[in-house]
Amino acid sequence: MQFVQNFPFFCILLTLMGAVASSVMNSRMARRTTLFLILADLAMNVSVMIYTLQTGDSYAYKMGHFPAPWGNEIRVGVLETVSLTVFLLVILFAFLGGMRKSEKEIEPTKYNIYCILTDLVMLSLIALVYTNDMFTAFVFIEINTLAAAGLVMMRQGGRALVAGVRYMMMNLLGSSLFLIGCVILYTITGHLLMVNIRESVAALAATGQYHVPLTVVVSLISVGLAMKCALFPFDKWLPAAYSNSTPTGSAMLSSIVSKGYIFLLIKVYVRVIGFDVIRSLGICDVLFIFGAIGMVAGSVNATRAKTTRMMVAYSSVAQIGYIFAALGLGSEMGVMCALWHTLAHSATKSMLFISAHTLDHASGDTHLRKDLRGAFYRSPLAAAAFTLGAVNLVGVPLLSVFITKVTMAQAAIQIGGRHTVIALCALAISTLLNAKYFLGTTMQMYIPDHEHPERNAKVKINFYAALGLIGFIALNLTLSFFAQGIFGALLDGLARFA
Amino acid sequence: MATPEWFGKFKHRMAEIVETENDVLERDMVRSQEIEPEKGETEEEMYRRIRLEQEKQEEEEIAKRLHEWNSRNVSKVSRGVYCALCVLICVTMIALLMYTVTTLPSFGSPDHPINNEVSARYIEKGLQETGAVNIVTGMILDYRAFDTLGESTVLFTAAMVVLFLLRLDSGSEKYSQLARSMKEAPHADNFYEPRHDAILQMTAKILTPIIILLGIYVVLNGHLSPGGGFSGGAIMGAGLIIYVTAFGFADIRRFFTYKTYQRVVLCALLTYAASKCYSFYTGANGIHSIIPLGTPGAILSSGLILVLNICVGFIVTCTMYAFYAVFRKGEV
Amino acid sequence: MLSKLLTNYEETVAVILFCIGFSTMLLNKNLLKKIIGMDIMDTAVYLFLASQGYIKGRTVPIVVDGIQSVEAYINPIPAGLVLTGIVVSVSVSALMLALCIRLYYRYNTLNLDEIIALAGKEEV
Repeated sequence: MQFVQNFPFFCILLTLMGAVASSVMNSRMARRTTLFLILADLAMNVSVMIYTLQTGDSYAYKMGHFPAPWGNEIRVGVLETVSLTVFLLVILFAFLGGMRKSEKEIEPTKYNIYCILTDLVMLSLIALVYTNDMFTAFVFIEINTLAAAGLVMMRQGGRALVAGVRYMMMNLLGSSLFLIGCVILYTITGHLLMVNIRESVAALAATGQYHVPLTVVVSLISVGLAMKCALFPFDKWLPAAYSNSTPTGSAMLSSIVSKGYIFLLIKVYVRVIGFDVIRSLGICDVLFIFGAIGMVAGSVNATRAKTTRMMVAYSSVAQIGYIFAALGLGSEMGVMCALWHTLAHSATKSMLFISAHTLDHASGDTHLRKDLRGAFYRSPLAAAAFTLGAVNLVGVPLLSVFITKVTMAQAAIQIGGRHTVIALCALAISTLLNAKYFLGTTMQMYIPDHEHPERNAKVKINFYAALGLIGFIALNLTLSFFAQGIFGALLDGLARFA
Repeated sequence: MATPEWFGKFKHRMAEIVETENDVLERDMVRSQEIEPEKGETEEEMYRRIRLEQEKQEEEEIAKRLHEWNSRNVSKVSRGVYCALCVLICVTMIALLMYTVTTLPSFGSPDHPINNEVSARYIEKGLQETGAVNIVTGMILDYRAFDTLGESTVLFTAAMVVLFLLRLDSGSEKYSQLARSMKEAPHADNFYEPRHDAILQMTAKILTPIIILLGIYVVLNGHLSPGGGFSGGAIMGAGLIIYVTAFGFADIRRFFTYKTYQRVVLCALLTYAASKCYSFYTGANGIHSIIPLGTPGAILSSGLILVLNICVGFIVTCTMYAFYAVFRKGEV
Repeated sequence: MLSKLLTNYEETVAVILFCIGFSTMLLNKNLLKKIIGMDIMDTAVYLFLASQGYIKGRTVPIVVDGIQSVEAYINPIPAGLVLTGIVVSVSVSALMLALCIRLYYRYNTLNLDEIIALAGKEEV
């Protein structure tokens, strides 16, 4: 075994020990520790990514002296490492971009808890991406939920607390449904290791034994994870939770926390149950319908939002709808589309949140959309980042989200029939609405404010915020221009993911 | 027969207690925050005035809220729809799950799918491979140790968020509504601590050492009999809670402060993580582990399991006590 | 079918408790009652899981007298999973109750609908 193969395990334990050690540090040390952990995890993950791309295969790493299924195991492959690299870069730029603003909004004696929670969200993402065991997945889902609850409530105002309680109610319901689904799955198959479960499920599906529990299990797990990702109709908690948090908090909630659950859902469908069984049970159609409705409903609500942050948060609902609709198409191209959109949306949405916070701050902190008029002259970098993100989500060719929309349309046409009609209609309507609210807000940023010329003066931007925004712009442009290569690597990884 | 004098006095005393219950309680409690009586007012009158003010305030608030709710008719319709939908969902779920239960394998049958080669190895070779007589402890702290590490992290995360929400620091008032409202609410029971409750203190003096001893026994014997770090830690935490309830926070701060809590949890979690680091690294790379397994049945056996149980015991004790303290008083 | 429900009586009771907890959580407006509902729901799942391990006529999985045959002990795996789950449940309850205290001090009510209405009127 090569030394570099140990790196995923080192990432997990190093992040855990760093988070625990931060509980006794003051705010400056805790911040440095978090930055160190993000950079260390990134470096280790890039090394593993290079290794897996070279060997082209995925390997299993024993966590302990006993092989799975008696002990725990994590599985490392191309898909996991490439996705995790993108996610870790998002965490790095989100943390940098929101650093100074967070200092002002969080109570100073409790700043180290904010750093601990960021570390724990990163830890649970790494574990959810690499895990090969259903119960380990449940435990890390709980860590993710609790740490993200803390991030939602960071500002401690009344609205943040109420957003927190609504977030917790829905998420705990989702966790309980996921747990009972796992328990029934363990009852009928007798295994907790994902690969072994798939063999048992294939055998059960062939003989037709335990048909009802199997359907119930897949529904419970899907509904549980859909509740946690805020798929329509479970999305009432999302806008308040995302818009009432700190800049880094909103970026991490929208781009990291929900993506961990989506990655786990894709893992359950591909590695645990197997897509042919899912298709035969008919769950795909339900996901597809709700995804399509979410695509439209989220965009409609975003058009009516008054503050920038609410608009960006509602557009998250729409984008989650895209992912689930793509997953619900049930073909390999659909899964690829969902995976690609997970990465592209993660990079774009966090950039939108950080730049929206920066623009609001430069425009007088009223948070209203209409006060963004002339924002380009106040902070050009943030406006450029917001423009790039908005244009990307609308689906302009050459950028990353365009690939999502094209792939989804292709997958829908391949299936034919009602799916094509619904998918193409939903795509068209949501793209038009996206253009309306995103491009509308963006274009008015470039019109100088003639009534109050003093508002066109440039506002100084913080160094770390600038660093974060430049990093995000670079990440999004990389994802767009090297899309072919990255998409190919993901496709390769998906073949060995099962 | 004339009623005895003592009976008359007894009735009078009972009537006094029943009528002036609140006053008696308030007078006997120690206040951490001083309220000054106004000029020319006795203590009784001051308490009565405060109580009357409170009641008036509460009545006004309730009347205002009732008025608000009554004037919102739209919410009634949507509330009705929501209720109907919820009832429908609940009925569907119960029907679906009951139907699923009828199709599951029989309860208690040896042919259950979960009785396969995985559990067979735990039972047949568990003692030799982990050194623990208690197969379940061997399973959670050796075979599936990663899950237990995650579980300790969940406890740590919850403790951090609870401390974030409820802990009052000296600098809190500027940021925290909680701190401000606690300063303005002298009748809040966070400030009260019972003064010299004789029964409670006598019981606590006898029971606390026994409880803590039982907790230590359960922790140390986790690999030999039912028990382990989690249950033992909960017992020890309960012992600490009884002590603090009887003797007050000033007393327990002689040996258990916030710094103690921080240091104990830090050392325990780091020891746990470091042991697991060694264990996982040697396991995955095929290196032989130097930790001896000892003779089964002895206390000092089963390799790292004893150390892990002790760490977990400390973490759970401190966390349970910290939850109680921070809920009760806003500081550990 | 009913006879199967009676044979699997532990699972049946667990499912009924799960649905009681689920409906309490959805239908009650009081925050504390919602938390109680969530607790009942989680406990019911662990009851369901623990009851899967039982095998008639066999004893607790602690090795006595050196007997290590599979026919002597019940399945140890569900018991271990439930141990993990209980700690997770406790952590979640603690967090929710802390949130309750904060909300009560802020809004003087535990009715979730009222709290949401009051928060909606606040400034950003």
